[in-house]
Amino acid sequence: MKDLAAIPSYVRARASRTVGTTLREVFARAVADLATDDPRIVMLDAEVGNSTRADIFEQAHPDRYLPVGIAEQNMIGMAAGLAAAGFIPFPVTFAVFAVKRSLDQIRVLVAQPRLPVKIAVGYTGLMSGMAGKTHQPVEEVAVMRAMPNMTIVNPADEVEMRQAVRAVVAHDGPVYLMVYREALPTLFTDDYRFEFGRAVMLRDGGDLALVSTGPQSGRVLEAAELLAEQGVDARVIHVPTIKPFDEGAIVATARETGFVVTVEEHSILGGLGGAVAEVLGEQLPTPMRRIGLRDEWGASGTNDALLEKFGLTPRRVADQVLSYLAERAV
Amino acid sequence: MARQIRVNLLRAVSHAQGGHVGGPLSAAEILATLYFHEMRIRPEEPDWPERDRFVLSKGHSSIALYSTLALAGYFPVDELVTFDSIDSRLPGHPDMTGLPGIDMSTGSLGVGLSAAVGLALGARLNGHNGRVYALLGDGECHEGAIWEAAFIARRFNLDNLVAIVDANGLAQFGPAADEPGNRRGPWEHCELESRWSACRWNVIMADGHDVLALEAAFAEARATKGRPSVVMARTVKGKGVSFMENRWYWHSRVVTPDELALAMAELGEPG
Repeated sequence: MKDLAAIPSYVRARASRTVGTTLREVFARAVADLATDDPRIVMLDAEVGNSTRADIFEQAHPDRYLPVGIAEQNMIGMAAGLAAAGFIPFPVTFAVFAVKRSLDQIRVLVAQPRLPVKIAVGYTGLMSGMAGKTHQPVEEVAVMRAMPNMTIVNPADEVEMRQAVRAVVAHDGPVYLMVYREALPTLFTDDYRFEFGRAVMLRDGGDLALVSTGPQSGRVLEAAELLAEQGVDARVIHVPTIKPFDEGAIVATARETGFVVTVEEHSILGGLGGAVAEVLGEQLPTPMRRIGLRDEWGASGTNDALLEKFGLTPRRVADQVLSYLAERAV
Repeated sequence: MARQIRVNLLRAVSHAQGGHVGGPLSAAEILATLYFHEMRIRPEEPDWPERDRFVLSKGHSSIALYSTLALAGYFPVDELVTFDSIDSRLPGHPDMTGLPGIDMSTGSLGVGLSAAVGLALGARLNGHNGRVYALLGDGECHEGAIWEAAFIARRFNLDNLVAIVDANGLAQFGPAADEPGNRRGPWEHCELESRWSACRWNVIMADGHDVLALEAAFAEARATKGRPSVVMARTVKGKGVSFMENRWYWHSRVVTPDELALAMAELGEPG
C-alpha cells in the first residue's frame, strides 16, 4: 500500500449526472483566475471560444485573449513563439484538431524544445455534442503518450480540474490538458491534492482492480458499487496523469489484487490500457482486460447512448467485469 | 562576411559528409545583413529578453545560421566541425535547447512563420516591441501553414515582423524541366508575391545577394507601420560556387574533398 495514496474521503453523486458546472467552464474560470495574478498567462482560441468556454477568459482578460482563426497549426506555432517570449500560452480548441491537425507543430515547436505550451483540448473522449466520429479523439492519448517531453492530464471532476490547472501552469514544460465538455458528479473533497505522476485510490478492494482516468473514473466507481452488490470487491484506481505514469501504484495494485481491468473513453490501443499493459508486462505480468473502443471509431448519439454502445456505463462495465471473472473461474 | 559564412559552411558540410549546401549558400548575404547590420542582439548575452529574434523557418539551412552565429561570437568557430555529429550542439536542424543564439527550434517546413508571429506578438505584449525576422524558402511557401500565419499576422497588425523569402527558384526536386536533367521551380504556376499582398503584407522586392539592397529593404520594413513586411529576396541556389549555382542537385549533395578545394579557390580562400 506504500505506493498508493488513499483519498481521505470522497463524495459521489449517484442520482444527478449533471450537477455542478461543466468541466470546460471550470477550466476556463480557473485559468482566468490564475491569470489575474500571473501576467504571463495568455489564451489562444481557434474560434471555438463559446464551445470551449474560452469566452470566460476573454471576459476576464480581453487583452490576453488571442483569437487566432480557424487555423490550428498556426495557433500551436504561435503558442510556441509566445512561450519562447516568456509567456504561458493556453491554445484552446477541440482535441481532434489539436492532436492531428497540429501534430507536427506540437512535436517540432513544443515538445522537442520543451516549451511551456499548455494545449487545452475540449471535446475530449466521446462527448462531443453529438458531432460524431470526426470529433471524437479516440486515439488522442496514444498519440500524445508517444511524444517525448509531453505531460498528459485528464481530470475527473471540478475539484481536480481546478488543482490540475494550477499544477499545469506551474509545470515548466508542455502539457496536454484534457477538458471534458460536460458537468460531472464531484468525486473529490477540497482537501484532495492533485500531483503529476500520482495515481489515487478511489475505493479499496481485493478481488480485482479497476483502473481508469478522467471522467470515466467516476463511472467506474459506480460500477464498483454495482459489483459489490454481486459480492465482488473491486479496487478503483484513478490515473489523472497518464504521463508521467504512476508505475509503482499500478504494480502494487496488480500484486495485491491479481487481476486488472482498465476502463477508458478511448481506444484500447495505446491509451491507459496500453500504458498499464506495458508496465505490467515488463514488471509484473498480471492477467488483465481492457475496456474501451476496440480499434473502432466513435459515433453520433446522446452521451448516454454513446456510453452504452461502447460499454462504458457503470452497468456495462460491471457486466463485463462479471463475465471476465466468470471466464477466469472456468 | 557573406564570403566567410560560405567558406565556413562548406567546410562544415564537407567535413560532415552530409547536410544541405545550395540553400545555405543562397542565404549567406541575408544572414550576414541581419546579424551584422540589422538586428539588435547581444551575442555575449544571447537570452537578452528585449533582443530582436530570428527564426530559420527553412531549418535545413541550419549550417548557414551556425556559421553566421559563430562569426557573430555566439560560440567558437571551431565548433562548426561538429556539425551533424552525435551529441553536437549543431544538429541537422536548429535546436534552441542546446546552442546559444537559436531563438526557435525548426526543421519541419512551414512551421517557423507561426512561431515568429507568436514571438512578434509576445514582444508587443511585453512592451519592448523587439523585431522578429523569419527566413523562409520559396519552396517552403507551398506549405499551407505559412498562409495561416500570414493571415493572422495581419489580423494583429504585426509591424515588428519581417518574413524574408530566400527565392532561389529551386526546391529539393520539383517537376522535370524540358531541358534534360533540370527541374522546374516551385512557383511556376502561381504568383508568390501576390499571395503576400493579398494578405495585405507590405511586399518588398530585393536582390538577395546585394547587401546594400537588403539593408534598404529592412529599413523600409522598419519604417512600415501597421502591417508586417515580406522581403522577396531573389537569390541563386548554390551562390558563390560556380559549379553549384542553379543546380537543383546541390540541394543536399555530399561535397567531396576535391570539390571543396575548387570551391575554396573560387571563394578566394587559401587551402
